[in-house]
Amino acid sequence: MSAVTDAAPRDEGLRRREAGGTPGGNALAGTGVLFRFALRRDRLRLPAWVLAALLVTLSGVRKAADLAPDAAALGHQVPPEAADMSETLRGPAMLAMTGPEHYLTHFTPASVLSMLMIGYGALLVGLMSVLTVVRHTRADEERGIAELLRSGVVGRHATLSAALAAAAVADVALGALFALVLPAVGPAGVTGGGALLYGAAHAAVGLVFAGVAAVTVQLSAHARAAGGMALAVLGAAYALRAAGDVGSGTVSWLSPIGWAQRTYPFVDDRWWPLLPALALALATAAAGYVLSTRRDVGAGVLAARPGRPGASAALARPLGFALRLHRGLLAGFCAALLLLGAMYGSLFGGVDDMLKDLDDVREAITRGAPDGRRRGEGGSLVEAFASTIMLVVAVVASLHVVMAALRPRAEETAGRAEPLLATGLSRTRWFGSHLALALGGGTVVLLAGSLGLGLAGSASAGDSGLVWRLLGAGLGYAPALWVTGGVAALLFGWAPRATALAWAVPAYGFAVGYLGKLLDLPGRLNDLSPFGHVPQLPSADMRWTPVVLLTLVAAVLVAAGLAGFRRRDLDTK
Amino acid sequence: MTAATTVTAPATTALSVSGLVKTFGATRALDGLDLQVATGEVHGFLGPNGAGKSTTLRILLGLLRADTGTARLLGADPWDDAVALHRRLAYVPGDVELWPGLTGGEAIDLLARLRGGIDAARRAELVERFDLDPTKKGRTYSKGNRQKVALIAALASDAELLLLDEPTAGLDPLMEVVFQDLVLQARNEGRTVLLSSHILSQVEKVCDRVSIVRLGRVVQSGTLSEMRHLTRTTIEAEIDPTRHREGGAHPASGLARLPGVHDLRTEGARVRFSVDGAHLEAAVRHLGDLGVRSLNSHPPTLEELMLRHYGDELAATGHGTTTDGTTTPDVSRTDTARTDASADLGRTDAGTEGGSR
Repeated sequence: MSAVTDAAPRDEGLRRREAGGTPGGNALAGTGVLFRFALRRDRLRLPAWVLAALLVTLSGVRKAADLAPDAAALGHQVPPEAADMSETLRGPAMLAMTGPEHYLTHFTPASVLSMLMIGYGALLVGLMSVLTVVRHTRADEERGIAELLRSGVVGRHATLSAALAAAAVADVALGALFALVLPAVGPAGVTGGGALLYGAAHAAVGLVFAGVAAVTVQLSAHARAAGGMALAVLGAAYALRAAGDVGSGTVSWLSPIGWAQRTYPFVDDRWWPLLPALALALATAAAGYVLSTRRDVGAGVLAARPGRPGASAALARPLGFALRLHRGLLAGFCAALLLLGAMYGSLFGGVDDMLKDLDDVREAITRGAPDGRRRGEGGSLVEAFASTIMLVVAVVASLHVVMAALRPRAEETAGRAEPLLATGLSRTRWFGSHLALALGGGTVVLLAGSLGLGLAGSASAGDSGLVWRLLGAGLGYAPALWVTGGVAALLFGWAPRATALAWAVPAYGFAVGYLGKLLDLPGRLNDLSPFGHVPQLPSADMRWTPVVLLTLVAAVLVAAGLAGFRRRDLDTK
Repeated sequence: MTAATTVTAPATTALSVSGLVKTFGATRALDGLDLQVATGEVHGFLGPNGAGKSTTLRILLGLLRADTGTARLLGADPWDDAVALHRRLAYVPGDVELWPGLTGGEAIDLLARLRGGIDAARRAELVERFDLDPTKKGRTYSKGNRQKVALIAALASDAELLLLDEPTAGLDPLMEVVFQDLVLQARNEGRTVLLSSHILSQVEKVCDRVSIVRLGRVVQSGTLSEMRHLTRTTIEAEIDPTRHREGGAHPASGLARLPGVHDLRTEGARVRFSVDGAHLEAAVRHLGDLGVRSLNSHPPTLEELMLRHYGDELAATGHGTTTDGTTTPDVSRTDTARTDASADLGRTDAGTEGGSR
């Protein structure tokens, strides 16, 4: 059986050699095989990326249709409420998160779609390109696969060429899909030519970042560092366009994402800003090829930066060490929730209009208020909306709690807990310091999300008191997070092989708490979720009893988890 | 001799284990293991992979809990007093895993300071002797370098007891020599070392006493001189077959009469035997007179020893009968084993010869 599968690649190699391939001379020999191999390895991953980008854009189509009235597409007469809406979109916070103000000169759902979504779409396609190129070049090289391939009939530039081709195929496919789908589902104002440009702008950004990754994978010998450098460039490109769009617009011209946005699909439909993008894509890819000839297989152009030869005083304390292991995840979650909160918060100003036609959603949201209280005036509708969003923020923060609380399990199974627990560090302190970071870190993440929601929400709704009310509301969810962490601790102590069950808590909490309202599920289901017992601030009144009880439950779970861990065998390799 | 080894006053016992049993599901990793290590000695814990060496060490560290049996470590219980004990000992696992984002130097300091402190000068000296770059991140280290990190953290400490679990796996021979030096230095400083290993030559170079473990129990324990069969050399030679025929007998048959020579086998010009270290000179001299054309000598491998000396013993005695009391464990068992072994050798060799030729 294995002989049969082994024989296939060998035959392939023989056939090519017999066909007169010149391994030494042709730097591109084997590119075709590697390219097909890369597409095969990514046959699920790349379509998933493209589909995700499409879904994100389609959600933007719906949002844009709500924001801009269809009537404006027909005549240039802007109705008064649309003028209000376009004023909201003109706010600096909105411009930073969307695109240049010029889109609003032609206030149609299609132009609003371009304004809202090209920036995000560009981030997604850039991310896809970077990860694809890194995976098929440096990641393979780091794992030693490349060495094996390069010893076969594979030219010097074949790996990079195959990786770039795979990324380019994905980029172009994504662009083509946009060009086809947008006219079919698109809001008023969509034109065929505009949709083609919309797709081309995305593909161009993808090509640029494939090129950027082609350079960074030569620089560092490590896939993580190479990917990180390319993503830093992507982040900088987004930040530059944000800064430029809020200001005079000049700085945006330094960013490939800015170029894509300045094609103004459905407004001006101009193609020429894509020229610098293509030029940059070609230049960076060429630079990647040149750099790759200046290094050995497995090495990077940049020498690995030496780290500290010894530990700082803080590192040798259990809590300081745990913080070192958790800090990357913690910072990432804080930044992500700050952004997520800000995204939702920026919608507060338009909540009433957004929900105008969606009676079900409106009813579901106000049902969130206890005792069937329905508040008629706009401010409370915002608060009701905020309460619902706060649940989303809390559930995402609880994902961090579960990940962090299960970190000790990962350390244990990787064999890294064993040498530590053979020192003067007790099991309680080791596990306890990780739990402290899970529960404390989760609370910080929760506050970051509340802060983003509050800052953007108060700016958007013009209510400065919202910041404090939302921070308070976020803190109200903290005991539910602690219970989630407590469940993970209990599993770690008593059923370490079943720790993955801890994910059920946020999953269930989200399903019954968020979707349950829309689906009108019985409220009893919510009683099983720690999130179901939290007073739904800010729309509901504060109730201390459930908060205190949840905190007690969390304390009991944590104590039981610690006790279980103290008495069980450590899992060793 | 018997008196000397049986009188082990509690004050001088660093580590004492008796009747240790540990099962993992259906696997019986330890099956009534006994082990005594005196204070200040370097004790070799020798056995093939999977014999239960690591499980024993992890029980001694309080990382695992024994099903039955008792273990005392520096006068305390390894499970109940784990943290207090850990400040007095240092441990090097056989398969060191490091944190990918921490440098080797950070990992050394982390492990050492959580134990209770590190001697900076000694740390620097060890880093230099082991030729480790402490500024590299954990993810870039090879297996050997990861071992060095744990070794430096342990050896730079002032621990009374070193528990080393196949600590030199992945180290190159040069570093192996450095390691052996450092273990001897530790002994000279009065520390106790339990060195688990499956490499006979390593144990031979540094250990005062050896316990041989197989299938979860100690089958033999004693000093190296008491277990001379461990230090025998196996010699394979090709001689001139036309010389010294003594009335039809094989020219090399005279070797069998020499003291210390075992397992003599001859086939045409080829001679194979093993000889105790003390009698090597006489045997080689005798061989020289036979017109040696080629000579190959090597120490017995652990696998050979296990098969020849302990395979049959275990099979014959079954479980539970080899433990003949705990008061006089070492010498009596050593002697029995040796007698059994000698008897076995004849049988085994005869069998092999008949079977293969």
